[in-house]
Amino acid sequence: MRSQSGTTQGPLVLGIETSCDETGVGLVRGTTLLADAIASSVDEHARFGGVVPEVASRAHLEAMVPTIERACETAEVRLDDVDAIAVTSGPGLAGALLVGVAAAKALAIGLGKPIYGVNHLAAHVAVDQLEHGPLPEPCLALLVSGGHSSLLEVADVTVGVQPLGATIDDAAGEAFDKVARLLGLPFPGGPHIDRQAREGQVTIDFPRGLTSRRDLERHRFDFSFSGLKTAVARWVEARQASGEPVPVADVAASFQEAVCDVLVRKALDAAAERGIEDLLIGGGVAANSRLRAMAVERAGARGVRVRVPRPGLCTDNGAMVAALGAELVARGRQPSALDLPADSSMPITTVVA
Amino acid sequence: MLLAFDTATPFVTVALHDGEDVVAERRSEQRMKHGEQLAPLIDGLLREAGLVRQDLTALAVGTGPGPFTGLRVGLVTARTLALVLDIPAYGVCTLDAIALEAAEGLGHSTDFVVATDARRKEVYLAAYDEQGARLSGPVVDRPAAVATELPVAGEGARLYPEQFSRPVAPELPSAGWLARAVAEERVELTDPEPRYLRRPDASVPAAPKKVS
Ligand SMILES: [Zn+2]
Repeated sequence: MRSQSGTTQGPLVLGIETSCDETGVGLVRGTTLLADAIASSVDEHARFGGVVPEVASRAHLEAMVPTIERACETAEVRLDDVDAIAVTSGPGLAGALLVGVAAAKALAIGLGKPIYGVNHLAAHVAVDQLEHGPLPEPCLALLVSGGHSSLLEVADVTVGVQPLGATIDDAAGEAFDKVARLLGLPFPGGPHIDRQAREGQVTIDFPRGLTSRRDLERHRFDFSFSGLKTAVARWVEARQASGEPVPVADVAASFQEAVCDVLVRKALDAAAERGIEDLLIGGGVAANSRLRAMAVERAGARGVRVRVPRPGLCTDNGAMVAALGAELVARGRQPSALDLPADSSMPITTVVA
Repeated sequence: MLLAFDTATPFVTVALHDGEDVVAERRSEQRMKHGEQLAPLIDGLLREAGLVRQDLTALAVGTGPGPFTGLRVGLVTARTLALVLDIPAYGVCTLDAIALEAAEGLGHSTDFVVATDARRKEVYLAAYDEQGARLSGPVVDRPAAVATELPVAGEGARLYPEQFSRPVAPELPSAGWLARAVAEERVELTDPEPRYLRRPDASVPAAPKKVS
């Protein structure tokens, strides 16, 4: 029997992602997603309130081979069929990245195929091709997760990405985790805040970071979520001190509204200033239902089209790395050398290491 | 053709063994950077020996104990290569490979100890008989707690001369000896599982701090 992958076009690329706590292995042919296998160590980190790097690295080692096997089974391909390997070489947790990079090199040696060490953020952008077809060029990308909050101008995702703004303190997802903890909600906080917020009302006017006139001069498209987190903590403490119950759903809704408001406002301002008509939102926080709804609603009024991959492709995964790898192969970009490093602070402007 | 490598000490070591003897061996030039150096060393060694990846029939990898980040590079490489080449990967305690070479150097005349650097002012340590068979360990401990008058192979002897007064060769593991150990079935073979010997550093956070 001929597998489905045999009938579609383009290079078959296996992508590996281990920058944080997800071991992801994806298989993509051209812009067609064949498999997106994931193993997560998130449960092992929950009681620590955040990802413990050594725990994540150990889990990556254990999960690597089974996850590769699962991806091949799902895609109905043999490793021998793979045309190229792509792997996240940064940014991320150094020890965690290294497990993926070493595994990718072993595949490259064992198969005699090229390896592409790619930027995690560029992969978050490229993944949308699997769902919505070729990326508009240029497009604006808002990437928000527990590890990053960036506004990027993307002319060609295989060549370079220009940062327009980024968080100056906490990542947006980090703020979700911290506020969830204040409210007694489990880690990771994003889905729990989202769920609570749907039951609540926006009743509290929490501050919008870096939106004052003076801040906008220096930090036009930058974000700050540290002040917001502190404001929520103060509000909750004052409430507790007065002996009144904390309206968890309303606090969650109000906090979430403040985060989404700043993200969408700055993204649309950037689109207007740069004359870009397509906004792509990615990263774990892009799974937030309010962010999606607000972006679509406000962008429509300003003539901007919004693309958001489905939640499973927004969080870290191997498919996004494979998607970028396939695009690099399709465009004939140069692969990486076998001494490719894992670079925990890989600059956003570098697509292939 | 057996490919052997070890990443459990500051240097990467790789070797090829054809069933009769070691046919090629290399050690990394730089300390650390295991992830950058291992794959090019394997690739270069195969070329040097005029071999292709399909010639490989088995893998041997040092399972430590050793610093975790480097150790994992060797283990994930062995596991993944074994998967893609469809060949077995055997794990060998890194200290055992050092011990076989040390026993040879000592002329199989005395019991001895292998001690490597565990950082944090500790060593990874195991005790061996004159043939290089492991008697106890491996453990991780402070040098003072495991000080010995016996000969000591491994970097530990150089790092802690007061506790280990009789340093002997070798200081580092050699993949050649690792390969011999496996080819000649002179050590206990395990799955390619890491010997961490330490739990991850992690603490459960206290309640959120007050901000006001
Ligand atoms: Zn991410």
